[in-house]
Parts: sequence; structure tokens; C-alpha cells
Amino acid sequence: MTIFELEFMQRALIAGLLTGLSAPAIGTYLVQRRLSLMGDGIGHIAITGVALGLLTGTAPVLTAIIVAIAGATAIEFVRARGKASGDVALALLFYGGIAGGVLLIGLAGQGAATLNTYLFGSLTTVSPSDLYVVVGLAVAVLVIAIGLGPQLFAVCQDEEFARVTGLRVQLLNLLIAVMAAVTVTVAMRTVGLLLVSALMVVPVATAQQITRSFRSTFVTACAIGVTACLAGIITSYNADVAPGATIVVLALAGFMVAATVGALLRRRSGRVAPLDDEEPEVGVPAPEPHVVSAGHPHAHSQACGHKKVEHGDHVDYVHDGHLHARHGDHWDEH
Amino acid sequence: MTAPKNAESDTAAKAVQVTDLSVDLGGRLVLRGVDLQIRQGEVVAVLGANGSGKSTLIKTVVGLLPAARGEVRLFGTPVPRFRAWKRVGYVPQRITAAGGVPATVYEVVSSGLLSSRRLFAPLGAARKAAIEDALRVVDMADRRKDAVAELSGGQQQRVLIARALVSDPELLILDEPTAGVDLASQQIFADAIRERVARGTTVVMVSHDLGPMDALIDRSIILRRGRIVYDGPPHASQTSAHVHHSHGASDDLGWLTS
Repeated sequence: MTIFELEFMQRALIAGLLTGLSAPAIGTYLVQRRLSLMGDGIGHIAITGVALGLLTGTAPVLTAIIVAIAGATAIEFVRARGKASGDVALALLFYGGIAGGVLLIGLAGQGAATLNTYLFGSLTTVSPSDLYVVVGLAVAVLVIAIGLGPQLFAVCQDEEFARVTGLRVQLLNLLIAVMAAVTVTVAMRTVGLLLVSALMVVPVATAQQITRSFRSTFVTACAIGVTACLAGIITSYNADVAPGATIVVLALAGFMVAATVGALLRRRSGRVAPLDDEEPEVGVPAPEPHVVSAGHPHAHSQACGHKKVEHGDHVDYVHDGHLHARHGDHWDEH
Repeated sequence: MTAPKNAESDTAAKAVQVTDLSVDLGGRLVLRGVDLQIRQGEVVAVLGANGSGKSTLIKTVVGLLPAARGEVRLFGTPVPRFRAWKRVGYVPQRITAAGGVPATVYEVVSSGLLSSRRLFAPLGAARKAAIEDALRVVDMADRRKDAVAELSGGQQQRVLIARALVSDPELLILDEPTAGVDLASQQIFADAIRERVARGTTVVMVSHDLGPMDALIDRSIILRRGRIVYDGPPHASQTSAHVHHSHGASDDLGWLTS
């Protein structure tokens, strides 16, 4: 009997396939908005949801999704307000989620073993009723992520511009947060709540080593996510280890390969020059040799924030419209 | 247009009407009682030192900031009720057009068409043609498949203006479009604006330094400490703009508006 004939493995593989598609799909939008760690926060909050389910005897998937959506809405609300205290408020929410979850699971009379299956995934615990919920939610996330792609892309790319085109930006932001919460719950059984964020972010980071468009990043990330999930689940069965850890380790290995290949490709095509370099100076008269910048107290360095421009054997710094280059103890105009 | 005709006829010719506008940012009045009327087809430069309220004025006009007092009307409709965003093209103040994930020039420009695009609908042939046209105007057609993060600052600004032009707006609002842009890109920029102006587009542009755009301006407005201190023909304004520039540190509140 092969592993593909075992019913629980079939369910695990279907859940893995959908998780591998939906986590990088929503992850692409989160990374685009520079909110890579949002999935992690929602995962922490969902632990309380799971614990509530165990305590009250309801299906943990349902309580987890309710608490995760509430948490994601709270995160989005705090983020949209943009207050400096928002960062601390989010930290409190995350710690509260994980501590509350562990506490409630203790009260429910469940041990660390039960908690572990939710934190790092477990192949044997995907029940048929869980699978229906997972399939339904993952399909909904994918339909929205692809169907509303242009709108979600615009909001994540440039929120102010999106608002001036008349898009319902607050609604779309909330939609992204809710989709992330749903995906966390979908992924809970395969990668687990502590590692779900990795499946949202690592495939996207891997894809962008070799892609140049949003669409190809999206598609490549989903392909990487599915591959990592299915390979991880099969490996996890054979080696009898937690699937979440296996999936994430495989995804990270893929990232390292892609980063190396991407660096080699960029070197080959000669695109290792600073990316935001200005246009080549065609027709600009050559600068006078050795003009010392008068009264230049600022010492440029790699980290000073002035734009750096490769200039032959040295680096010029763009400073108030002038190019400055180090020359011994003073700065030259270039 | 549901309002009575007589009331509309007065306002219809105005692309932007700002009445007694005050804007409060974090408890500080950044604009104080600004009145401004911009007729359709005018090309207006908004000048002033850092912190004078230029960007705040622009952001309030497009509805990104709320008015503490007074109101802004676009084409006769108060901004909170304005829905015809297709008529407005906006170029925000940006250093980069790139996000956390790579995106091509084509993808960024196509996001300018969303105000008229239905949900779950694919991009039609007319819209694809509009994108090609906008790319051609800013001379970026051969870079359409390049990632915006790999372009120079000037090229990225050109992508942002193409994104604003692609919906064929009647009112174009630009916030510091030429800041940090090389001269070659500024020239292409000015040519793109000139083409729009010839077609009757109203242009409102915030700038420190108009560069090649100078010749296009019909009217300058100078803001100082949240009030309009000059409103008239452009060339008389140039000298006074420089006076305000050198006014010193007390006017330098750039962090408020950036």
C-alpha cells in the first residue's frame, strides 16, 4: 500500500496542495505592501482561537477562523490609524494571542502534544469535515486573489494613488487582512500556526530572485508553494517528522538555490550595477579635473543616505545636486 | 448633473474650487483660509518654500486629507461626494515607483485604469491601446517589460506620469514631479504635459524648480505659511519665489508635508 492510497494522506495532500497555492497568493500582496510579518501575527492570534475550540468542544478550525479574522481586522485597524503606539498595540495582541492560547489549552486539559499539532502541523489530524472547510476557504481566497488582482495590486503598490483613482482602499485593505486570516486557518493543519507565515513569504522571496513582473512573481510563488508543500508532506510521512518544519526547510532550501542562480544570472547579464543608477551622462561636458568641494563637513559613507553612483574606480555621492567623491582628507566635485 | 442648471453653469467651468480652506495636521494649521479657483484648461504652478503647505493643498484637493474648515470642489462637486475620479490624474510625490515585489512598467501604468475598470473584468483592447499610448508619450514603450525598481529615478517618475495619463484625465495634479529627475527626463515630461495642455487638460503642479516646464505655466500661486501670498502671471512670481526660498529655517517645516 503506497502513501497515496492512505485516506488520511490523501486528505493531507489535498490540504497541502490548496495551502501551497493560497498562502503564497496572499503572501505576494503582503510582501508587496511590506507587511511580511502580518501572517505571523495572525498565526499567533489564531492559537487562542484553536484553544477556545478545544475548551468549548467546537471544531477548532471554526473558532480559529473567527478569532483570526477578528485579530486581522484589529491589526488592519491599528495599521490604518498609523499611530506610533500601533506597533506596541500589535505586539500586545500577538503575545496575548499565544499566551492566551497556551493557557486555555491547559484549562481544556490538553497537553503540549495537542498544541504541537496546531503549531507545526500534523498529517493525521485533517478530518474529512476539516477538509471541506479548508477546500472551500482556499478556493474563495484564490478566486479573490486572482479575480481582484488589478485592484489589490494597485492598493498594495501605491495606496494614495489607489485612493485617488476612486478605489475603496479601506475595504480592499480589510479584504487583504481577512484573506490572510483565512489562509492562516487553511494552512494550520499542514504547516502549523507558527510556520504559516514562512509559507506566505518564502516562496515570494524565492520567486522574485528570478522574476521581474508582479504576475510572474505571483505564479512562480504559487508553484514553489505547491512543490514545497507536497514534497514536504511526503518527506514528513517517510521520516515521521512534523510536516510544517519539513515544508519550510524545503522552501528555504529552494530560496538559497534561487538566490544563487539569480545572482549568477544578473552577473551574466551585467546588471549588478546599482539598480537606481541615473541615466548615462550622454552629452554632458566632462567635469573639470579636481574641483574641491568648499566647506564640506559631511563625511559620506555607505550608510549616509545620499545616493551612490559608480564612477569608474570609485563611488560618487549625490549631494544637493552635486557629485562628491572622497579624495584623501577632502571631498571633490565630480 | 442633478443640480439646477443655473447653479451649475457658474461652477461647471471651474476644474478646482477651493473655498476658505483650512487644514489641520496633528493640531497644527498647515493651510489657513485658502481661496483658489482654477478654470478648465489652465496650467497652474503652486510654488513656495518647504512647509508652506503646497503638498497639503494638493493632497486636500484630491481628497487624501480632510478639510478642517471650508471645502474643495472638483468640477463643481464637493470632494467627499466626488465619484468621477476617472476625470482626475494624480502623480504623488514619490522617490520610487517600486513596491516590495517586482512589478513591470506595464503593470504599474495599467493600475491607472482602475477607476473605470469593472471588478473581475479582463483588460480590453481599448485599454491596452491606452496603456501603449501613455508609454509612448513618456518615451518608455521599449521598457514596458522592465521592472520599475531597475529604472533610474527620472524613468520611474515618467512611469508615474504615464500611470496618471493613461485614463485620459481632464485634470492632472502633480506633486513635485521633477524633484530629483535628470534633465533629459524633465524634457520628456514637459513634452508630455504640453501635449495634454494642447488638448485642453487642466494642470496643477507643485514644484520647487519648474525647469523645462516653465514655458507651459499660465499662472503661478505662491504659498507661504499656509496662505496664498501671490496669485498671478508666472514671470513676476519667479523672483518672489526665490525671496521666500531664502527666508531661512523658520519656514523649513518640510517634515510636515513630506
